[in-house]
Amino acid sequence: MKKIKFIHSKITVLIVLVFLINLSCERELSDEVEFATLSNTAEIFTDTPIGLGSNFYFPYGGSKPTAWSVDDEESYKGTASMRFDVPNADDPEGGYAGAIFRIDGSGRDLTGYDALTFWAKGSQAVTIAEIGFGEDFEQNKYLTTLQNLKLTTNWVKYIIPIPDASKLFNERGMLRYAAAGIGPLGNEVGYSFWIDELKFEKLGTIAQPRPAMLNGEDVEQTSFVGVNINLMGLTQTFNLDSGRNLTVSAAPSYFSFNSTDVDVARVSELGVVSVVGSGTATITASIGGVRALGSLTIESSGSFTAAPLPTRDPSNVLSIFSDAYNNVPVDYYNGYFAPYQTTQGGSPPLDLGNDQVINYTDLNFVGIGTFLNVPTIDLTQMTHIHVDINVREDIDSGDFIRLQLINNVGGNEISGSVTLTGSQLLSNQWASFDIPLSAFSGLTVRNQIGLLFFISDATISDIYVDNIYYYK
Amino acid sequence: MIKIIKHKIRTKTILMMSFLLMTIFIISNCTTDETQTVATFTELVMEDNFDTDGVPNPEIWGYNIGTGENGWGNNELQYYTDRTENVTVQNGVLIITARKEQFNGSSYTSARLLTQEKLEQTYGRFEARIRLPYGQGMWPAFWLLGANVDEVGWPNCGEIDIMEYRGQNPTIVLGTVHGPGYSGGESISKSYTLENDRFDTGFHIFGIEWGPKYINYYVDDVLYNQITPEDVPGEWVFNHPFYIIMNLAVGGSFVGAPNTETVFPQTMLIDYVRVYKNKFDNN
Repeated sequence: MKKIKFIHSKITVLIVLVFLINLSCERELSDEVEFATLSNTAEIFTDTPIGLGSNFYFPYGGSKPTAWSVDDEESYKGTASMRFDVPNADDPEGGYAGAIFRIDGSGRDLTGYDALTFWAKGSQAVTIAEIGFGEDFEQNKYLTTLQNLKLTTNWVKYIIPIPDASKLFNERGMLRYAAAGIGPLGNEVGYSFWIDELKFEKLGTIAQPRPAMLNGEDVEQTSFVGVNINLMGLTQTFNLDSGRNLTVSAAPSYFSFNSTDVDVARVSELGVVSVVGSGTATITASIGGVRALGSLTIESSGSFTAAPLPTRDPSNVLSIFSDAYNNVPVDYYNGYFAPYQTTQGGSPPLDLGNDQVINYTDLNFVGIGTFLNVPTIDLTQMTHIHVDINVREDIDSGDFIRLQLINNVGGNEISGSVTLTGSQLLSNQWASFDIPLSAFSGLTVRNQIGLLFFISDATISDIYVDNIYYYK
Repeated sequence: MIKIIKHKIRTKTILMMSFLLMTIFIISNCTTDETQTVATFTELVMEDNFDTDGVPNPEIWGYNIGTGENGWGNNELQYYTDRTENVTVQNGVLIITARKEQFNGSSYTSARLLTQEKLEQTYGRFEARIRLPYGQGMWPAFWLLGANVDEVGWPNCGEIDIMEYRGQNPTIVLGTVHGPGYSGGESISKSYTLENDRFDTGFHIFGIEWGPKYINYYVDDVLYNQITPEDVPGEWVFNHPFYIIMNLAVGGSFVGAPNTETVFPQTMLIDYVRVYKNKFDNN
């Protein structure tokens, strides 16, 4: 009985509900149904934040958390504007300004808009490093950034085009910005800038999309199964009604990726290429059906032959770079010494899934540093250095790689070196070296090792390096 | 204002039904000269819908080839050809393509079509449906030139620019007349701006209605200017046959040279060209 009664009441409720809806929605039922779930509010800030909820401002790590405020003195229109006080570099609360504005609640449907627009000015003519939207500190799937926005001391309207608005049916990241002071690195001086009438708009004049991957270049790369490659240089360019082209960086999820052979390489919606087989595959991309400029062609030679697995007792090892040991902290695996160094690669190392390998390309010389922000290395107790090197090209007579160790960098410097000749190195194979530290002639003291150099003077340009460690 | 509203009645183009009351009001105010100037450009003289792929119909269209004198008088940078690379009909559309390429000493190529000695007409309605290119330095035009240009020279022959456009201003077109005493920088011109849209993303109709004492300019269904003899500071020379020119210039004094942002190739797509005359006119 109870059950039947319950059903009856449910039906009654339903009928009443239907009746109510019929009464109340005589005119625009379809509109209300369509927008029942997500707001398509355009405005983010007019004189106050619009529809952001209460907890919406999330500063970046290291930035001054109080950089943003509502300014009731300045406004382009109405009574107030958003004020950003970029701090001096030595501000104890944070040396720059930067944050996201994320809706405290459900996202907005922005599919009806084509740009984020606002009016802005600076306390002086300044360049804002980054400003955009689509960052939510979760997946940041639709992060869009305009770099180097130049402000004047007058109110000017700025436009940040949406790379593909059809993707933004539920977006919480309304604004992101990052701005540092003006002046020499480390001594930047702060300033203020203001933003007003911040909103999404359907301008109708954002046209002629020309997306790009890898900054529009056709790149060829040799690789192996297990390698993951993050696609970089993803941009969208539009022509504006001013006649100017404007380029924004666009997150991978705006793009549709294509691989000519998914048995060789495939791409995730987050723009990560995974090499899964041997052969050749070309990765291309598009936004909204418009083919992106640029491509990545991967020539995969199948499985990667890892360097021999080290077997020495960890207690006798001081490791710089190896998956087999806990490595000591280093400043870098590539110091990029200007102006003579040509060497690329090394940071980050090549990720082969289970194995990380340093790949130096365009090698002339490169240093691994342990003297800036990490402890120097005391090798007094150590007797040997081990390193595995795989030369990824033909080796000619006269080719060499010289290892050089420098003690007490910038102080009472002492160095010594050992040269590995072409006949000792192997082409497209691993060659393992165990070199007595006593062979580094001239290195009379080794208690504060700060740099390990690989020097080829461009005789050899492309090498893999693995298992760099000292032992006794 | 009165003039413009009058015109709407003459051409029957604008929503007469919905302005019935207003119409009655205006007719009652303008009866005196109606019979003299009413022009009903409803008789089709020429219609090219570009339905045949390949070379444009040679009975209608000829070409200017080369660089003219001093870049066709405007320091234009292109070399005009009649090659398929620069002019062709495909999928029902005439395509004029501006390319960046070295050709006979010029850095760009493009095309310029004209109806000289094929279709020359005094008065009438001239219209074309066009999608324009974009980018700094692109200068497409749909215009009329006095057929007596070889006898009396320019600007005495008269020039009616139905549509001109700068690729760096993708929302703005201009309608202009040139004549003796009002040519080049002193020409009589008015611009029309598309709101929330652009001329390079879709087709738009550009037209004039040209009668003995007026030239009316319109874009799509919007009449945006009327030029009459009172508006020009010199002789009204728009009372003899003119021919049609359609071209896509690159660079020149009107637009400036392309820059690094200009994307090539650029295309001007013409869906149709139509010419009407007064149905009561026997010539």
